[in-house]
Amino acid sequence: MTAPLRTAADPSSAGKLVPTAAEIARLRERARFVRLETLRLIQIAKVGHYTSVFSCAEIFAVLYYDAMRLKRGEPAWPDRDRFLMGKGHAAVGLYPLLADWDFFGKDLLDGYTRLGNPLGDHPDMRKVPGVDFSSGSIGHALSGGIGMALAGRLLKRDFDVYVLLGDGEMQEGQVWEAALSAAHHRIGNLIAIVDRNGYQLDGNVDDIIGVEPLAGKWRAFGWDVHEVDGHDAAALAGLLRRLKADRNRDRPVCVIARTVKGKGVSYMETEPGWHLGYLSPDDEARAAEEIARGDA
Amino acid sequence: MTSAPLDPQSWQYRQINARAPGLGYLSNALTSLVEAGHPVMAGTADLQYSNGLVRFAERHPERFVQFGISEQNMVSAAAGMAAAGAMPFVATFASFLALLCCEQIRTDIAYSALPVRLIGHHAGIALGFYGTSHHATEDLAIMRSIADLTVVAPADGPQLAAAIRASADHPRPIYFRIGRGQEPNVYAEDAPFSFGKAIVHAEGSDIVLIACGTLVHPARAALQSLRAAGIDAGLIDMPTIKPLDEEAILAAAGRARIVLTLEEHNILGGLGGAVAEVMAESGARARLVRHGIRDEYSLIAPPTHLYRHYRLDADGIEAVAREALNRLS
Repeated sequence: MTAPLRTAADPSSAGKLVPTAAEIARLRERARFVRLETLRLIQIAKVGHYTSVFSCAEIFAVLYYDAMRLKRGEPAWPDRDRFLMGKGHAAVGLYPLLADWDFFGKDLLDGYTRLGNPLGDHPDMRKVPGVDFSSGSIGHALSGGIGMALAGRLLKRDFDVYVLLGDGEMQEGQVWEAALSAAHHRIGNLIAIVDRNGYQLDGNVDDIIGVEPLAGKWRAFGWDVHEVDGHDAAALAGLLRRLKADRNRDRPVCVIARTVKGKGVSYMETEPGWHLGYLSPDDEARAAEEIARGDA
Repeated sequence: MTSAPLDPQSWQYRQINARAPGLGYLSNALTSLVEAGHPVMAGTADLQYSNGLVRFAERHPERFVQFGISEQNMVSAAAGMAAAGAMPFVATFASFLALLCCEQIRTDIAYSALPVRLIGHHAGIALGFYGTSHHATEDLAIMRSIADLTVVAPADGPQLAAAIRASADHPRPIYFRIGRGQEPNVYAEDAPFSFGKAIVHAEGSDIVLIACGTLVHPARAALQSLRAAGIDAGLIDMPTIKPLDEEAILAAAGRARIVLTLEEHNILGGLGGAVAEVMAESGARARLVRHGIRDEYSLIAPPTHLYRHYRLDADGIEAVAREALNRLS
């Protein structure tokens, strides 16, 4: 199974590889929406991964409002692009997007983490329409993405598979099994995005178990590597559009998104302890104000 | 470079395994599913000659994925295949599948009820002197404790093939526990199979043997010896460990004085454990005796020597049954 996947050019992306100012403004607004909804939902749970979402809010926004091929209200559409999260603990930022796509009713968000509600800290594909792969145990998702891409090849469906990985996740051995495997099988419709926010639960990634040179590692494993400012919605959207337009890709793609953990809330950006936490209503209001007026 | 022809006694792994008839059942059953229109995909982790999937790979290269020595990646990828609408079968040694990949099986496959078919081959102590790293005497206990996972230990190739064909209509993930493909057949080629259904070979009022997997064949021979000696012995093949055919167990336990479970597995948590749970909760009057590996790491030896040592061959099973009857009388 080594033939590269080749499909017809996607007409929807041809000829408009650079997002317009209006499109960029919309993506920034959607990223703010992700952050504000994350504040609201964690207020219900009284604990959550604020900063893990804030670092990838633009990635979420660009994927769900620019890059991915989706159909409103049809979470099981077989030709949809797939999204898997290695860093499943950022699911609180994903749920509002899935509800916004009408994959489930928005009222479900109001019961986030409460008894009987399907929305938990980590995403469950069996319970939540629009979640393409359950996660929570770090390191499995890239392999899952490989399986989806290979199945797509056999079933003659030309969807792309996006996998969001944490940078601490680079410490998991299975990620590198998957990296070898995807390159060997020339899985060109697989795009991994590493949220390189620099922190994991116990501290700075490079103090815990360093992962640099990260781009060099992925290149050495045979991937097409791109580095981007993960908060620059225009750059991110432009990159993913160019990748989407190239239907002759025969290597898996790794996008290393340089990000700031807690981006958008000043006191979180400087304090890694916010990987997991809770904001009182007063502090939540301060955070919301910063997010609402921020450029991020 | 030229070399002299090898002595006929010499052999090499690929050739010998390519000829082993018992290794053909898996690939042939998968091909029959392909021919019936199912979106079958098969994968292995550097063991295509051990499980015979090389035959499937030759017939259906577009459906075969060689994962190399990365079992966890393979199992998670199988979850992805199923999530995208394919019908994946992934195979490796039972020890690696059930122990190394336990979490991927639980979290990626069973938790999401994805219809992945896991094939754990060379289960039990079938790998003989390759040692404990390659033995799987815990896999039934581990797999049985995973919710929504069906656990099947076919007795031979025909039953494996029947179970694989039946799996086309089974919407849940399945763990198949099989031997090394060199076991004698118990069943004819058209063996019937239903998930969750025991196969009663004989009823008995003195003792009923309940066996699974590779022990069904020697249990059947032991049954004949016991009956020839005037003992009213019965035999049940219990290929599905989960969901368990409780009705068949309770019927046997209501009729016989002794129920003897037989498995190439630790007596903790596998078939014996499962039968014990059912009998204890029902208040069945029969005495339960569990036979298998008694919570220890197997010695190393050629497999047939181990089966004799641990009394897992026909003579050993017969002796265990007689001892159980003697203790009770």
